[in-house]
Amino acid sequence: MEKPFAVTLDVGSSLANLTGSWRTERPLYVDRLPPCNHACPAGENIQGWLYHAEEGDYEAAWQVLVRDNPLPAVHGRVCYHPCEGACSRGQLDEAVSIHAVERFLGDEALKRGWAVEAAPESGKRVLVIGAGPSGLSAAYHLRRLGHGVTIHEAGPMAGGMMRFGIPKYRLPRDVLDGEIARILGMGVELRLEAKVEDIPGVMAEGGFDAAFVAVGAHLAKRVDIPAREAAKILDAVSLLRGIESGEPPKLGRRVVIYGGGNTALDAARTAKRLGAEEAVIVYRRTREQMPAHDFEVAEALEEGILINWLRTIKQIDETTFTVERMELDDTGWPQPTGEFETIEADSLVLALGQNVDTSFLEKVPGVEIRKDGIVEVDEHMMTGHAGLFAGGDMVPAERTVTVAVGHGKKAARNIDAYLRGEVYAPPPKPEVVSFDLLNTWYYTDADQSVQPMLDSLRRRTTFDEVLGGLDEDSALFEARRCLSCGNCFECDNCYGVCPDNAVIKLGPGKRFEFNYDFCKGCGLCAAECPCGAIKMVPETI
Amino acid sequence: MAQRIKFYQTGTFTVGNRLLDETARTVQATLERDNSLTSGHRACQGCGEALGARYALDSAMRAADRKMVAVNATGCLEVFSTPYPETSWRIAWLHSLFGNAPAVATGVAAALRAKGREDIRVVAQGGDGGTVDIGFGCLSGMFERNDDVLYICYDNEAYMNTGVQRSGSTPPTARTATTPTVGEHPGNVFGQGKNAPLIAMAHNIPYVATASVCDLHDLEAKVNTAMSLHGARYVHVHVPCPLGWGSQPCDTLKVARAAVESGLFPLFEARDGRVTEVTPIRRKVPVEAYLKLQKRFAHLFKEPRDEQALAAIQAIADRNIARFELIDGAVA
Repeated sequence: MEKPFAVTLDVGSSLANLTGSWRTERPLYVDRLPPCNHACPAGENIQGWLYHAEEGDYEAAWQVLVRDNPLPAVHGRVCYHPCEGACSRGQLDEAVSIHAVERFLGDEALKRGWAVEAAPESGKRVLVIGAGPSGLSAAYHLRRLGHGVTIHEAGPMAGGMMRFGIPKYRLPRDVLDGEIARILGMGVELRLEAKVEDIPGVMAEGGFDAAFVAVGAHLAKRVDIPAREAAKILDAVSLLRGIESGEPPKLGRRVVIYGGGNTALDAARTAKRLGAEEAVIVYRRTREQMPAHDFEVAEALEEGILINWLRTIKQIDETTFTVERMELDDTGWPQPTGEFETIEADSLVLALGQNVDTSFLEKVPGVEIRKDGIVEVDEHMMTGHAGLFAGGDMVPAERTVTVAVGHGKKAARNIDAYLRGEVYAPPPKPEVVSFDLLNTWYYTDADQSVQPMLDSLRRRTTFDEVLGGLDEDSALFEARRCLSCGNCFECDNCYGVCPDNAVIKLGPGKRFEFNYDFCKGCGLCAAECPCGAIKMVPETI
Repeated sequence: MAQRIKFYQTGTFTVGNRLLDETARTVQATLERDNSLTSGHRACQGCGEALGARYALDSAMRAADRKMVAVNATGCLEVFSTPYPETSWRIAWLHSLFGNAPAVATGVAAALRAKGREDIRVVAQGGDGGTVDIGFGCLSGMFERNDDVLYICYDNEAYMNTGVQRSGSTPPTARTATTPTVGEHPGNVFGQGKNAPLIAMAHNIPYVATASVCDLHDLEAKVNTAMSLHGARYVHVHVPCPLGWGSQPCDTLKVARAAVESGLFPLFEARDGRVTEVTPIRRKVPVEAYLKLQKRFAHLFKEPRDEQALAAIQAIADRNIARFELIDGAVA
């Protein structure tokens, strides 16, 4: 070829120079486990459903949500959201109000009638005992896996503690009924007032291949208080159950509630709504030590509930309660002081916790029951009796609706494997994203959306729902506050900041790829990834 | 759907993202960006200048509808991109001498005018050595004549290509090959400084701006504004050099951010000799946060720390913050 004067070589491109050979470390795209997902007792993929909600695709978001939790409208209201405690955004400004978005999605689903498909029939049948959160969750997940499910429930209605333990002002019954109806609509058979006394018998008779027991813990714990004259004493469980069955007990003008858990607060707030002028909680330790959640205590105080911390009830004489002042010792344990006070009250509600009614399990061979009445299960949620699984409040775990729903899912997956003669192996969990892996520079401050609260008068006198939901605008805003910890949200940062154009953008929804021919391994992409979805690993030679 | 915020995960400082309106994304976020400086160039790992040049030129290419000529002064940017016979440039590109890029660009603009091709825009670029030292006479002449050229200076604060020698842009106390950390006052001297953007403003040219490789949205907006105007325009881009500054290659943008957030590198725009806009500091940091990331300042932190020098550098940052009002009154 004829070349111009003084030019001897053809023009070439630097693309011939593969600078990838300089690299000692290579970037990798990873999906790490966001702290919210890690903290969720129901194993929800929270970051995953928020990702779709951010786009305004609420149905896709909901479908991801219900892969793990069949009751989002319930959980958006009653879950104590450990996810928000773990949320990375909490270290930046305020945690994402995950429960409020979950509630919005749950309510949208009920409003629009979104449904889930069950898998083709497997021909196997599973007996579920108890229609509380754990039993309903197991039934739902088993149906999704294609198994036939029949629930036997001793009570007159499904819902368990969600109905008979959580007051209406926290969980309106149309919401609960709607979500239960959706599960039943998948072909789950529900038998009410069908208490199971003989599990092997019912299984044989009904041709069941496995069973899941989740009868909960509903026997109220008692305490002996010397009472000279007959005093009106009842327990919180019967109080709350009485309201639900339309027979609220008569409590009188002044009510004392004994205990410091969430149930004690529910009982006190219920008593107030039933017309009690005074509802006084007596608890032997301090506010900081109360097992009840802080927001519940705050809401109760707003509603005029009185709380006497560091007190025990020593004696009751008709309407006069003698209480002793306690003092914390060095170990934080309350010790009596010998100083006494009196409180006037018409009735006493005991809220001291609940035990499991295990009488029907004692006969089943192989089932181990601890001294405190809790049923032992292995890591597959199976009791000592092959094919009999258990979960919820009756097995060793924290007693919340969310834990119960998580048990139901876990049990369903294990039962599914058991029915195929296999052992369920959960997929390996990726590493959890720590806050220092995020580059928060790229997120601006945005305050948490606030849910509306019912006015004070109606809170004291009616069972109307206290906390309102977010409208679509606010729910979308809230979803978009998610930092997407550990999972690419296609912000284009890696694509932009690479000085060597070694990141290939694959287009919407397809994320990115590295061009290792040119990547020099500088690590800028990993350092500038806002959500910690790029990892640098040493190059092998 | 009404959206209270026009950004994703609120106010995107990220390069782009899937939820943002197409028009609000950066040029760098697009599949169609020109990659004016393409892969295979020999810049060091994490080179701020290579990144800054692609940011600025891709943006200028879009603004000029791809009718653009770039003149490049000798320096790192030229050396690492064009070892004969290879080139990393995917634009019309001319290499000038170290000191005459502004004059060559003036000539290119004059030639295009003579040929009636005023639709083709001219950009000149160089490092801080070629701009604030060697080429400064030519640059001042280009400003004074108000030639229709956008001059972009990539400031990495020393002559990096030849082995990190001090330039007029090297900050006080910084170690370079010619300002070693010996004697009573180690590193570069506390002189009077040479603020090229302010000198450019003194020519009352239509547009002067400072930008940083750490703030892409700001940088692209400024290049766009510059390209929308005619006459002599000057954009001064702060680009960390991992080799010369002794910073980690992965920290290039972190270092650049610390320079902006400490006030050491103020971001502003000026029209016809007057400052018209400043980019406020988002999360203020002390100058130490910037200095500690770089080995060229390591001697300041050896025990006993050079408190006097640190205070003097902090004073420079504070003066910038006050002068350019980089923090809202209440906070400052």
